[in-house]
Amino acid sequence: MFASLLGRLSWSQLPQDAITRGGAASIVLGALGIVVLITVLGRWKWLWKEWLTSQDPKKIGVMYIVVAVVMLLRGAGDALLMRTQQAAAAGASHGILDSYHFQQIVSAHGTIMIFFVAMGLMFGLINLVLPLQIGARDVAFPFLNATSFWLFFSGMALVNLSLVIGDFSAAGWLAYPPLSELKYSPTVGVDYWIWALQIAGVGSMLSGINFLVTIIKMRAPGMTFMKLPMFVWSVMASMVLVAFAFPILTVTLALLALDRTLGMHFFTAGSGGNAMMYVNLIWAWGHPEVYILVLPAFGIYSEIVATFARKKLFGYASMVWAIWAIVFLSFTVWLHHFFTMGAGANVNAFFGIMTGIIGIPTGVKIFNWLFTMYRGRISFKSPMLWFMGFVVIFTIGGVMGVLMSVPAIDYQVHNSLFLVAHFHMMIVGGVVFGYFAGITYWFPKIFGFRLHDGLGKLAFWFWGTGFVLAFMPLYILGLMGATRRLDHYDASLGWQPLFIVAGIGACLVGVGIALQLLQLVVSIWQRDQRRDLTGDPWNGRTLEWSVPSPAPAYNFTTIPVITERDQFWADKQSGKKPVKRYEDILLPKNSGASVFIAGFAFVFGFGMIWHIYWLAILAILSLVTTIIVRACNDEPEYILTAKEVEKMDHALARRKEQYV
Amino acid sequence: MSEASTTLDIHQIEARATEKTTFGFWVYLMTDCVLFAGLFATYVVLRGNTFGGPSGAELFKLPYVLIETMALLTSSFTCGMAMLAAQRRDRTQVLAWLAVTFLLGLTFLGMELSEFRNMVLEGNSWRRSGFLSGYFTLVGTHGLHITFGLIWMAVTSVFTIKKGLTESMRKRLTLLSLFWHFLDVIWIFIFTIVYLFGAKGI
Repeated sequence: MFASLLGRLSWSQLPQDAITRGGAASIVLGALGIVVLITVLGRWKWLWKEWLTSQDPKKIGVMYIVVAVVMLLRGAGDALLMRTQQAAAAGASHGILDSYHFQQIVSAHGTIMIFFVAMGLMFGLINLVLPLQIGARDVAFPFLNATSFWLFFSGMALVNLSLVIGDFSAAGWLAYPPLSELKYSPTVGVDYWIWALQIAGVGSMLSGINFLVTIIKMRAPGMTFMKLPMFVWSVMASMVLVAFAFPILTVTLALLALDRTLGMHFFTAGSGGNAMMYVNLIWAWGHPEVYILVLPAFGIYSEIVATFARKKLFGYASMVWAIWAIVFLSFTVWLHHFFTMGAGANVNAFFGIMTGIIGIPTGVKIFNWLFTMYRGRISFKSPMLWFMGFVVIFTIGGVMGVLMSVPAIDYQVHNSLFLVAHFHMMIVGGVVFGYFAGITYWFPKIFGFRLHDGLGKLAFWFWGTGFVLAFMPLYILGLMGATRRLDHYDASLGWQPLFIVAGIGACLVGVGIALQLLQLVVSIWQRDQRRDLTGDPWNGRTLEWSVPSPAPAYNFTTIPVITERDQFWADKQSGKKPVKRYEDILLPKNSGASVFIAGFAFVFGFGMIWHIYWLAILAILSLVTTIIVRACNDEPEYILTAKEVEKMDHALARRKEQYV
Repeated sequence: MSEASTTLDIHQIEARATEKTTFGFWVYLMTDCVLFAGLFATYVVLRGNTFGGPSGAELFKLPYVLIETMALLTSSFTCGMAMLAAQRRDRTQVLAWLAVTFLLGLTFLGMELSEFRNMVLEGNSWRRSGFLSGYFTLVGTHGLHITFGLIWMAVTSVFTIKKGLTESMRKRLTLLSLFWHFLDVIWIFIFTIVYLFGAKGI
C-alpha cells in the first residue's frame, strides 16, 4: 500500500556509480551550503522580500542570469566529461564513462545549455534592458513575468534533481522516439526531460506574450516603430517566434508524455504510431528556437557596435527587414534537420533552397555591422571583442551550414561531428558570445559599476582560441566519419589525436569560464574604483543610459518624449537636458504567489515523473487555488508618491557626490 | 493607498490596463490556436492508422454530436447575452446568463465524457490505435479547456456577486467571453474535421 503511494520511487534510485555520486553530492552540498550560508547571515527575510518575491524586471533579470551561469558551469562540466571520454576511449581503453552514462551526459548537456543557459541568459537580458530601452517603467504583466521566471527555475530544478534521484534521459537532447518511448527507455530519465522542459517551456511562452505586449503597448510617447532601438526590434521578432513555436513544443512534449504514461500510440513503433511525426513536430519548434535565441543576440551586437564605433547603426531599415525575413523563413526550413528521413527529392530540394536563402538576411546583418565599424572610432572594450569573435566564428559556422543545406552533401555528414561543430559555432559563437557581450555592456546599468575590462579580454581570448581549437577538429572528424554521441571508437581510425586537440580546446574554454568568474569577483572587490557615476559609462546612444546607474526601481522619474531614433545620443549632441518633473508612480507590489505557483508546478512534475498521481493531482489543485486567490487581489500595485520619488532622486545625487 | 493624495488618473490607468490585458489575452488565444493546430495536424496524420480497430465512420454517432454541438453553440450565444448585460451594468442579468451558459457548458462536457466512457467500455480506448490516441487527445484537450472555462466562469460569477460590475470585473468578463467564443470556434473545426469528415469517411 505504502509502496504504491510512492509510485516508482525507491531507495535503489539513488546514484550508484562514482561520477554520478560526485555530481549528486555537489548538487546536494551546493544547495545545502547556500541554505546554511543564508541562515547564518540571517538573510532569509531580505532574500524573500528583495529578490524572490520581487516583480522588478531588473531583479528578475539578475535572477535569470544567476541561474543561467550556474547551469553554464554544470553544462560545461558535462562537456569536459564528454571531451575526456572521447579523447581517451580509443581501442582497448573504454574511458571513464560507460555507454549509458555517456548518453545521459550528452542529453543533459544539450538540454541544459539550450533551455537553462541560452534561454536563461536571453530572458535575463531582455528583462534587464527592454523596459529601459523603450522608456517604460515595467513590463506589461509584472506578476506573469515573475511567474515565468519561477517556472523556468522549477524546470531547472527538475533537471538537476534527476542527478540525485533516478536518472536522466539518454535519448539525446530532443529525445527522438521510438528510443524515447517507454519500451526502449523504461526509466524515469525521459520523464524528467519531458516535465522539466514542459514546465520551463510554459514559462517561456508566457514570457513571449508578455514582452510582445510590452513592446507594442508600452513604448514612450513618440517612439514609433522605426525609432525602436535594434535590440527591441530583435526581441519583438524573437517573441513572435516564441508565440508561434512554443505551443508546438508543448504539444509535442505532451503527446510523448501521453504515450509514456497513458499508453497512447502517437510515436510508438507499432499500433499505428508515427515516429517521423515527432521529428517533424519537434523541429517545427526546434528550428525557430535557434532564431529565438540568436535574434536577441543580433540585437545586442547592433547596440554594441554602434556604441563602440561611435557611429549610428549602418542600414537601420535593412536590419529591420532582415530580422523579419529571418522570422518568416525560420518556419520554412525545419526539414533540413532530417533530409535523410526520405521525404523525397522535391521536398528536400525545397527545404534545401529555403535554408540557403535564410543565409541572405543573415549576411545582410553581418555586412551592416561591418559597415558600422568602417571609419568608426572604435574603442576595443571587451564587449567589442566578443562581437568580433562572433563575426569570425559565426561566419565560419554559417558557411558550413549553407554547405549542409545542399541535401546531397547533408547525406554525407548527417549525424556526424561535422554537424556538431556547425551548430556549436552558431549557438556558442552567435548566441552565447552575444549574451556575454550584453552582460558586460549592461552590467554597470544594473549594479552601478563596470566589470574589470582586462580580465574580460583575457577571458575572451581563452574562450575564443579554446573554442576554435575544440571545434575545428570536429569538422575534420565529421568528414572522416565520426558520428555524434560516440562513446568509443577503433584506434586504427586515427581519430584520437584530433579528439585530444578538441579536449585541450575544451580545457582552454574552461579556463575562460574560470577567468570570467574571477572577473566578477575582482570587479565586486574593486567596485568603488569602477563606479559608474554618470549613468553613461560607454557614451551610449539609447535611453537606458539616460538614467542613473544602478537604474532606480521605477526606471524613469519622467517618461521621456521621443523625437529621434537614438534619442539619448541626439540629446547629448544638442546639449538638451531633460526636464525633471516629479510625479506619482504606480509600481507592482511584491508577491509570493509566483513562487508558490512554480513550486506546485515542480511538485506536479515530480509526481508525474514518478507516477505518484495523488501528489500530482494535489499539486495541480493547489496551483489552481493559488491562481484564484491571487485573482482576488484587487490592489496588486502601490503608489510611489512624487515626494518619495524626489527624495530617492536626491539621495542618488548625494551618493554620487560622495564618490566624486 | 489613499486616492486623495495622488495625481494619478485612476480611470485612465484602468482603461490602459484593460487595453493591455485584452491585447495580451488575444495573443495568448493565438498561441492556444497554434497548440490546437498541432493537435489537428497530428490527428489528421494518424486518422487512417486504425491498426485493425474501428474507424471514425464506425464510432461516431452524428445526431448525438449534433446535440452536443448545439449545446455549446447556444452557450456562446448566452455568453454574449451576459456581456451585453454587463455593458448595461445589469448585474442580475449578467449572473442569470452566466448561469445558463454554465449549465449548457456542463451539458456539453457531460455528453462528451459519456461518449468517451462508452468508447472505452466498448474496448476502444486511446490505447487501441494511433487514430484513437489522436482522437481522444484532440477532443479531450478541448474538453479540458471547457473544464477550465467552467471553473473560471464559476469563480468570476462569485466575484461579480461580491464586487459588482467594476471596470476590473468587466475586463475579466470580457476575457472570459473571448475564451468561451474561442473554444466554440475550435469546436466547429473539431465537429467538421473529426466528426463530419470522420463519420462520412472523407
